[in-house]
Amino acid sequence: MRTTSQLLARRPGKLFPLACAIMGGLLLSGFAQPTVRVDADAVGPRSLEEQTKTAVVRDYLQAWKSMSEALQENRADLLDTSYLGLAKEKLAEAVREQQELGMKVRYRDLSHHLNIVFYSPEGLSVQLLDTVEYDMQIVDHDQVLAPQHVRARYVAVLTPTEVRWKVRVFRAQPE
Amino acid sequence: MKHRITLALAGLMLMGMIMASAVQLAAADGEGLRIPKVVEAGSALSIPTSAAGKAVLYIVSPAQVLRRNVEPGEAIVIEPGALHNAGHYLALLISQGATDKAEFNVVAARQPASVNFLAKPSRLPVSRPDGISGVAYVFDVFRNLVLEPTPVSFQLSDSAGVTQTRSVATHNGVGWSKMNSAPKAGAAQFQVSVGSVAEKRVVQQVPGDPCNLKMSGQRSGQRMILETAPVRDCSGNAVSDGTIITFTQTYNGRSEATVDVPLKRDVARTEMPARDGAVISVATGVVLGNEIRVGAQR
Repeated sequence: MRTTSQLLARRPGKLFPLACAIMGGLLLSGFAQPTVRVDADAVGPRSLEEQTKTAVVRDYLQAWKSMSEALQENRADLLDTSYLGLAKEKLAEAVREQQELGMKVRYRDLSHHLNIVFYSPEGLSVQLLDTVEYDMQIVDHDQVLAPQHVRARYVAVLTPTEVRWKVRVFRAQPE
Repeated sequence: MKHRITLALAGLMLMGMIMASAVQLAAADGEGLRIPKVVEAGSALSIPTSAAGKAVLYIVSPAQVLRRNVEPGEAIVIEPGALHNAGHYLALLISQGATDKAEFNVVAARQPASVNFLAKPSRLPVSRPDGISGVAYVFDVFRNLVLEPTPVSFQLSDSAGVTQTRSVATHNGVGWSKMNSAPKAGAAQFQVSVGSVAEKRVVQQVPGDPCNLKMSGQRSGQRMILETAPVRDCSGNAVSDGTIITFTQTYNGRSEATVDVPLKRDVARTEMPARDGAVISVATGVVLGNEIRVGAQR
């Protein structure tokens, strides 16, 4: 039985497609993480502890991932981990529309500039503004359209649940 | 050699066909779709096109997805109400060999239609400055967060009919205020109003900590009968029944007996052994009342 090093030494070209496939798979599965910048200097009226800020940012970025997966696979159930209320209803509606049209849309967030602007007095909601850049690609039945680069500004309101912050309001606003 | 070149060319052609069927590249961007940069949610939209052949228009965002088939030379009509979710949209018009695109924003309708009101806490002691907070998120008829500054009014009416009012303008769709709890205990109505839309919450204002805890004692044989005066908070509200009052008897500095008694109809009553020279004290929470020395009152 030949080891990998033996195979590499004798036929390096044989492993090249395999390496490409692995790299491609990793890239498609979101291996390339978006760049993230966070500002929370103007947050109030409640002061935001570092630990809370970290949790809010982590859960918001996870929400983008959940949304991308839900809209790429047309599965509204994937929204459950990160969304509730209005945000979940509206995204689920978009998934339903895509299903009816036989479409899927791939979103890949490339960068986020997060500005946490509001932490409510009783600690039950956090609002952040996100200047985000992402690539989106429409798949209409078997037709895959060219990816498009988009820059937008989102407003999100997150509320705490048992184990994480979930997005309750999520919408873009003109820059 | 000739055979190899033919094979290579055929392979290239095949690859090209596969790629063309799989990925429709934006071969040439057209003049761009003429769509207003900002569209109000739910409004109708007419998009003129110059496509020579049949085309497909996609209007896509995470908020909503639309697709329309386009006949040559015809304008695309988006009916009222069809595009109702606020968001940043990408419009792509795909026709034979050309892609036109435009980006635009759908914004919330200006007229508020609902308000999401968080009032906390639902129960608190009287006379707490800034003890009650209200946070209001304003939405339009399509349940889009209204980001334009909108006047919001918070009103807190206590059981005596006294009303506090605070008016603020929303910022990024949210308005908030803090109110003082009233000196008089009872249910207060906390209301937020945005235009003609109002939401109401009930905030229970309960008496604060007891003030001036006082007891009196009367000897009856070998027993001391102890009774507090009606227990009230510093604003004069009767402290809730069930509040624990603790009577403690000490002799020569050593604790000899402790009795916890719940308040009943504003007073607490108990009996303790009447040992001459013993000191009986009364307390509740962190509030300390007077002391009685058995054999002589002070």
